This record gives sequence, C-alpha cells and structure tokens, in this order.
Amino acid sequence: MSGYATLEANGLGLAGRLSGVTLSLRAGEVTAICGPNGAGKSSLLGCLAGLTKHDAGTVLLDSTPLERVAPAERARRLGFLPQSPEVAWDVSVEVLISLGRLPWKGAPAGEAQAAIDGAIAAMDLEAFRHRPVSRLSGGERARALMARVLATRPDWLLADEPLANLDLAHAAALLRRFHAQSAEGRGVVLVLHDLAMAMNHADRVVVLHNGRVFADGPPSEALAPGVIRAVWSCEARWLGDPGTQALSVS
Amino acid sequence: MNRRLVLLLLLALAVAVPLSLLAGRVWIDPFDPQTRNAALIVLQLRLPRAALALVLGAGLGTAGAAMQGFLRNPLADPGLFGIAPGAALGAVLSFWTGYAASAYLLPVFALIGAGGAMALLALIAGRDGGVALFTLAGLMIASLAGALMSLAISLAPTPFAMSEIVTWLMGALADRSWREVWIATPLTLAGIAVLLAAGRSLDALTLGEAAARSLGLDPRRLQVLMIAGIGLTVGASVAVAGIIGFVGLIVPHLVRPLTDRRPSSLLVPSALAGALLLLVADCLCRVLPLAGAELRLGIALSLIGAPFFLHLLLRMRRGLA
Repeated sequence: MSGYATLEANGLGLAGRLSGVTLSLRAGEVTAICGPNGAGKSSLLGCLAGLTKHDAGTVLLDSTPLERVAPAERARRLGFLPQSPEVAWDVSVEVLISLGRLPWKGAPAGEAQAAIDGAIAAMDLEAFRHRPVSRLSGGERARALMARVLATRPDWLLADEPLANLDLAHAAALLRRFHAQSAEGRGVVLVLHDLAMAMNHADRVVVLHNGRVFADGPPSEALAPGVIRAVWSCEARWLGDPGTQALSVS
Repeated sequence: MNRRLVLLLLLALAVAVPLSLLAGRVWIDPFDPQTRNAALIVLQLRLPRAALALVLGAGLGTAGAAMQGFLRNPLADPGLFGIAPGAALGAVLSFWTGYAASAYLLPVFALIGAGGAMALLALIAGRDGGVALFTLAGLMIASLAGALMSLAISLAPTPFAMSEIVTWLMGALADRSWREVWIATPLTLAGIAVLLAAGRSLDALTLGEAAARSLGLDPRRLQVLMIAGIGLTVGASVAVAGIIGFVGLIVPHLVRPLTDRRPSSLLVPSALAGALLLLVADCLCRVLPLAGAELRLGIALSLIGAPFFLHLLLRMRRGLA
C-alpha cells in the first residue's frame, strides 16, 4: 500500500445535511457509518469520496485537500461503491470488473489483467468470469460489483449500504471479505443500516444524527443502548456474546 | 472478438461497394465495356453517392452507438438531441429565402442550424452534466425546431418552394455530387474522432453517474464531446442529405450482441455497419421498380426502422413482464 494512511473530514458542512463533521479514518480498519434515515450518512460518504461538493470544511486524503488531488489520482486511491449500483449493459463479469481499471489509463496490460484476476479471486468469482451480469443472483452480483471496485486496487473502499438486498449468509460473507481487505492495509468505510452487523463486524462505528457526529468509537461504546435511545428514539438492548450479538428492540 | 467483427464488416464493405457502383437504373456489366456513358455514370453519379452513403452511414452509426452509451438506453437515437431538427430548420430557412439556389448555401444554413441547436443545448444543460436535464433540453429543442420548420413551410413564398422543402426533408442521396462529399466528409470524420475520444467515459457510465464520477469521469467534458460529436456527424448528414432517421437506432442494436457490450467496443463496428446499411439501403432504393421517381432513402429507412423499433419495444415489454 502507498503512503495514504488517513482520510479525514474537517468541519464538513453541507446545507441541510451535514454540519461540523470532523473525523479521522485510518487504513487497516473497518469503519461503519450508522444513523437513522436522513442523518446524512450517504452525504458524508459522498463527500469523503470527493463526489459531493460540501459548503464548508475540508476532506483530507493523507493531509492533502481532496479537491487538490487530480480526478484520475483520486479515482485510483478511493474506490467507491454507490447505493443500489446499476449496470446499464449486460456485460460479462470479467468486462464489468475491467471497468475498475479505467482510472489506470496507460498502465501495462499485464498489470491490468493481474488486478482483474486478483479481484476475481478475492471475491471468489472464477466460476462466473464469463457469465453475463443479468444471469447472476443478488449475492453474486454484489460480489461482482465489489470486485469492480477492488480491480482499481484503491487504498480506500467506500461503500454505501453494500449489504442491502443481501440475505444473512451473503451479507456476513461479504463483510468477511471487507475484513480481509482491511487486513491487507486498506481503509474500509461502510454505510450500514443494520446495527447488529455494525456491532459485530466493524472495528469502529461513527453514529450520525441530524448531520452531526453523535458518537464515534468502538462498536460497544458508539452503539451503546443510551446512544440508540437518543438517536433512534427506541429502547433497545444487546443480547448474546461479543461478535454474535443481536439487538432486542422493545 | 471485436477484431473479427471489424474484419467481417470490412470484408462485407469490400464486396458491397463495387456492387453498388454497378447497380441502378442502368446496370453496368464490368465485363462488357459497351455500356454507354459507363465511366460517366460510375465516376460522376454512383461513386460520389456511394462515398456519401459510406461517410454518412459511418457518422450516423457512431452517433447512435455513442448516444445509447451516453443515455444508457438501447432505445436512444441521435435525433433526441434536437440537432437534426435544428439542422433541418436551417436548411428549410435557406429554401424560404431562396438562397438554396446556390449549392453551398443550403449546407451552410443547415450547419448553422445544427450549431445553433448545439449551442442552445450546451447553454440549457448547465454545469452539473446531469443526463436527464440534457435529454429534456434536447427534446424541447427538437420540438421548437419542428414547430418553426412547420411555420416556415406554411408561410412558404411559392407552392414550388413548399414542394422543394417537403421533398428535401425526406432525406435522399439521389443526385448528390462530389461537392457534397467534400462538405460532409471532413465534418463527419471529425465528429467520429470526437466520439471515439469519449469511449472510455461512456464505458465508465455503464456503472451509473455516481460510480462513473468516482472512476474519474468528468461529466462536463463528456457533455462537450457528445454535443460536438453528435453535432458534427448528424449536422453534416442533414446538411447534405436531409433527414435520414433510424440508422443510429438500428445499427448499434444489430452490432451490440456481437461485441462485449461495452459502449466503447461498439463505436467502430457501428461506424462500419452504419456505412454498410446506408450503402445497401441506397442501392435498394435505386433499383426498386417504382413508377415515377425512385424511393427516397429517408422514407425507406423509416419504413424499415419504425417496425424494428416496435419489435424492440415488444421484446423489452416481454423482458419486463
């Protein structure tokens, strides 16, 4: 991995959506961004990815303001998976993944193929390499879209609700793959709706409420029953052992 | 896979071009040098016509492929941007003012019309590069140009001018000379080059606008390339041949299943297939026994194209159901 080890938000503001958000994200961690609907999760992720223009504050990629990073360089460093990603044409899995190489214009063909093969291996897609995207199941499709992001070999993986529309087993499997990526030194930032997933699988949780950071820390602290009561306005408590906890809402 | 497709299309063109020079009201037998005026017919009538068919077909095919990639919609057509109606409006005004009598003024008027539509499109579309606003702007320009065209026709100074306008609007390659070839070729080739330069951006758009931007796509630059590329290819085509629809819709469709379906892999094969389609269609118009005049190319393509479009819609409906 290259030297970009931190991604920071400094006093981010966006009219009606974010206000004074300050965060410092580290590579090698899985960070979950949680919050009720309208809390500003997707807006924050869009700002961190350099896609949403903010009104105030700065985003720093390894201490360099993101707007001063050239778009191609930004695209090589920050891999972004949007919420409900689309694939307009019925391309094969391999062609879909090869789109992740677009920011590397001019790189040797061998390097591109190695990155594509690596992404296919990381997401366990070898059997589907030549299959059209329209003939994939929901879980396979989610993996193929993730592999597209990995093929760029970014330092950061930013994904907006990557587990939406996945059943329990597939969601857990995808989260394990995110962990494997963070173990390789990448920074992983996920917007998650499912608090139990965040509790059990994230290294760190950031809770947004009305566009502000309400809690930020290890899952057990950031998702403590008191925080859930204040932010989601419901009484809840955690059941079970650490790593396999379930949320009981009354 | 793409290389084989391109070779096949080139081969088909290599067969179709010589054949097209022989076909027509007067059939020329290459082994019998006795046909009267054979050299004149081939060099002054059929060669420029074939060249024009190839150039315009290539331009319209590429424009269609790029347009479908840009709008991420297999039913998109370069006509959606309102550039063809803009160019047609320019041409109609040249008839109305009587300037069409001078051979160069009609294309110049049409190109000014296309340029006006392009400028208006760029102005309305704004800075964010959103596709929906852009398409709506194109549709509005198309209907505005259409209304002004109808107005110009209804106010035509003489019945003769009116019939000239109406006939010209039904695009054709009949009676075109080398002059039209020299006007259309550089503009169309420039347009194709611009659209080829947009290929990578169109590929990125396959993943939707947000993901495309995260891959480094500059939406504003893509928009400029699209306006320039579609404007040059479609504008040049309307300027020398009138309105020839459906090539840009049909061709990418026929070609897509033979490629890996990435928008950029579609551009060159669509250019070749467009050239082939227009050449063959024009030949058929020439040889079809029709009392009076020959079948107009624009009408022929609409007669093929509209049922094709309906077939696509029905297939899509089945897919959705």
